[in-house]
Amino acid sequence: MRLDSKIPAGPLEEKWTRYKGTVNLVSPANKRKLDVIVVGTGLAGASAAASLAELGYNVKAFCFQDSPRRAHSIAAQGGINAAKNYQNDGDSVYRLFYDTIKGGDYRSREANVYRLAEVSANIIDQCVAQGVPFARDYGGLLDNRSFGGTQVSRTFYAKGQTGQQLLLGAYSALSRQIAKGTVQMFARHEMLDVVVVDGKARGIIARNLVTGEIERHGAHAVLLATGGYGNVFFLSTNAMGSNGSAAWKAHKRGALFANPCFTQIHPTCIPQSGEYQSKLTLMSESLRNDGRIWVPKDRKDAELLREGKLKPIDIPEEKRDYYLERRYPAFGNLVPRDVASRAAKERCDEGYGVNPTGKAVFLDFESAIMRYGQVEANLQGIKNPSKEKIRELGEKIIEAKYGNLFQMYEKITDINPYKSPMMIYPAVHYTMGGIWVDYELMTTIPGLYALGEANFSDHGANRLGASALMQGLADGYFVIPYTIGNYLAGEIKTGKIDTNTPEFESAEKEVRDRIAHFLGNNGKTSVDTFHRELGKIMWDKCGMSRNAQGLQEAIREIQALREEFWKDVKVPGRSDMYNPELDKAGRVADFLELGELMCLDALDRNESCGGHFREEYQTEDGEALRNDAEYAYVAAWEYTGKPSEAILHKEQLVFENVELKARSYK
Amino acid sequence: MNLTLKIWRQAGPDDKGRMVTYQVKNVNPDMSFLEMLDVLNEDLIAKGEDPVAFDHDCREGICGMCSLYINGEAHGPGRGITTCQLHMRSFKDGDTIIIEPWRAKAFPVIKDLVTDRSAFDRIIQAGGYISVNTSGNTIDANAIPIPKENADKAFDAATCIGCGACVATCKNSSAMLFVSAKVSQLALLPQGRVEAKERVLKMVHQMDLEGFGNCTNTGACEVECPKGISLENIARMNREYLAAVIS
Repeated sequence: MRLDSKIPAGPLEEKWTRYKGTVNLVSPANKRKLDVIVVGTGLAGASAAASLAELGYNVKAFCFQDSPRRAHSIAAQGGINAAKNYQNDGDSVYRLFYDTIKGGDYRSREANVYRLAEVSANIIDQCVAQGVPFARDYGGLLDNRSFGGTQVSRTFYAKGQTGQQLLLGAYSALSRQIAKGTVQMFARHEMLDVVVVDGKARGIIARNLVTGEIERHGAHAVLLATGGYGNVFFLSTNAMGSNGSAAWKAHKRGALFANPCFTQIHPTCIPQSGEYQSKLTLMSESLRNDGRIWVPKDRKDAELLREGKLKPIDIPEEKRDYYLERRYPAFGNLVPRDVASRAAKERCDEGYGVNPTGKAVFLDFESAIMRYGQVEANLQGIKNPSKEKIRELGEKIIEAKYGNLFQMYEKITDINPYKSPMMIYPAVHYTMGGIWVDYELMTTIPGLYALGEANFSDHGANRLGASALMQGLADGYFVIPYTIGNYLAGEIKTGKIDTNTPEFESAEKEVRDRIAHFLGNNGKTSVDTFHRELGKIMWDKCGMSRNAQGLQEAIREIQALREEFWKDVKVPGRSDMYNPELDKAGRVADFLELGELMCLDALDRNESCGGHFREEYQTEDGEALRNDAEYAYVAAWEYTGKPSEAILHKEQLVFENVELKARSYK
Repeated sequence: MNLTLKIWRQAGPDDKGRMVTYQVKNVNPDMSFLEMLDVLNEDLIAKGEDPVAFDHDCREGICGMCSLYINGEAHGPGRGITTCQLHMRSFKDGDTIIIEPWRAKAFPVIKDLVTDRSAFDRIIQAGGYISVNTSGNTIDANAIPIPKENADKAFDAATCIGCGACVATCKNSSAMLFVSAKVSQLALLPQGRVEAKERVLKMVHQMDLEGFGNCTNTGACEVECPKGISLENIARMNREYLAAVIS
């Protein structure tokens, strides 16, 4: 198989314009004859479904939640990047492009990333026109803040609920099309397979999660906007229902899976508190604008903290180690996520962890509270304010900026973060890897597209904060509406897709057989037990740091666990009813295969880059050691019947505009 | 902690439904309420019984999917939280906890604690949007300055998560808080003013069609709203509605 990324010719900054100017179009009359299926209604899916319906295509949209408004994009907190340069601080399309390439540790495609930076400004215009209430300053103009891996303020936000506001914007655009009848919405439906006819994606098999009915849906193109697969780790910041099944089903039908091992471990999450825990909660990266990360300088102090014999406030300034500021003076607390996560793990592994499990560091707002309080006192003309007054004023400012996050923290931990520093630890958050797509977002199956987190294309080996929202909306609003026409222009004579064909028949039968197996299995062990076990293997051996021996062990352990799963899983209930255990069983079955491919990919990549840290490949001071001569490629895996026998295809990354350098934030 | 749970079990929309009593043991106070139910369900599955169906997804208080009526309160005791943010430390060893679904004519039960809230989607579809197509050529985002106060108020209204606690709490099963939050958000922004009149009329009309009750200003919805959506929004919607009807 030859991988053709279809990157248009010409200079970087003209590629997208040239592409748009010359790409095939579909006339309005013909659009009415073409059907498009969109699976997933997060930022990418909802924006794509709405935009394609506006253009005149007939759209069917699917989501497993009870409403398209609930997709997990809603939980994104901190913000969305855009190269607006409203702050006059030196931002530009090129700089956003460069930061993203560098942040991704030079493992993403130049042309895709440049296009992303190029359309970023349009996203903000579009969202404001839709009524998204971004934060504004007193002059009525839009406010910005900074995120990791950048030295400008280009992040637009709506308190700590930016994802919610953007998703509700896309959802309202989608709702408008549903009302018009141009989008048919299928909520509480899960895609269980993609149907390929004569080499082209022609539809899906879906299950109505309320009635259990298995349905066939035909279309001229299928878009997967189904998010990432972080829940392979069981514990992650993803929603409980987030899963990798749609992507995995597409992979098994012939779509290559790219860079599966590139996982983002987010540095600032609430630490795990017990075995019963079902998920982890993120504390937005925006907190690192004002929060300073530290552990004690002295191991003894850390021990006393763990035993509860010392409070953080008892440790004087000179006995604190602000390790990010110490190691990375140029970026300080705002280094990219992979760097911050590894640094936290390093300190905790060395015995400086500050909570009872030894797996937490402090995120402290004390100095920000006092700094803001002083400024506010000046503004209010308060002469010689007391420390208490300054603190009171400062806490108000912090509350206005991060109030909902502080509240969320307190609800979960029962600790007031205004008075005592937050305790945080890294957790699985995002997957940069995903289905391989070309410049047009088409997978290796013609007519099958992947958008948003489901694809691999823009973030390389590490995604920068506030860039997931940008990519999801870029793909859905501004990329797919152009690129899909290039394919559908060839489909205008096809006519309605017939779902009474042997291909639909056999795909449906496979789905039914699998469900029947689960329900008739008579096993003894619950789905969650297997999922938790898989998560533990993945976290220990394919998590924040990996090595060849561990990965080989993990592969064997996953294979054994998978065998056990099929023999012994216990799924109650029937197929013709609302049955969440059955839904979970299907997802975990797929994770048990995907997890193995992730380990295989991590084993193949004999270098450290971004979120992929192989212990064998590091510099003397513990930084990631990349190997551009041998590994500047996208690893795209082809399914051949078993994850262990997947065939590796390499898409060589060509850098014509940026120079490959060791990534430094020092 | 050891607890007694009394949970509403209903096999489907046509089943009559009943309360069933369960015991849960060794509950950790740091568990979330839903994690406690996970433990119960693991136990039921092991015993070969039907696990309790309940809606949930993000488990961090933002998706709006979780929806339990706990000891007579939407999302249980505690203010400003959803059920998934409720922790067992809010209860005492030996407590009896009563767990019911949202009860409202417009939210029919699907199974056990799971209800159908698609009425909310249809209200938004009736007009809860600004009619702007995707376009790379809208005006620059900073072309119209918006007073910070209005932008902040619009944001506050926009934080509604569509969980339905307001309806479940209201003795009339009114959806006024939900509808007024969207009407307010868009009415407060210059971009939304263009269609303000038509929007409020259509959304209120759809609300009535769905079978939600009327508002009698008891204010219970505001108290139980996990996002603290203010009653002011209802007042604003009433003004908008009146202005739309008489003009």
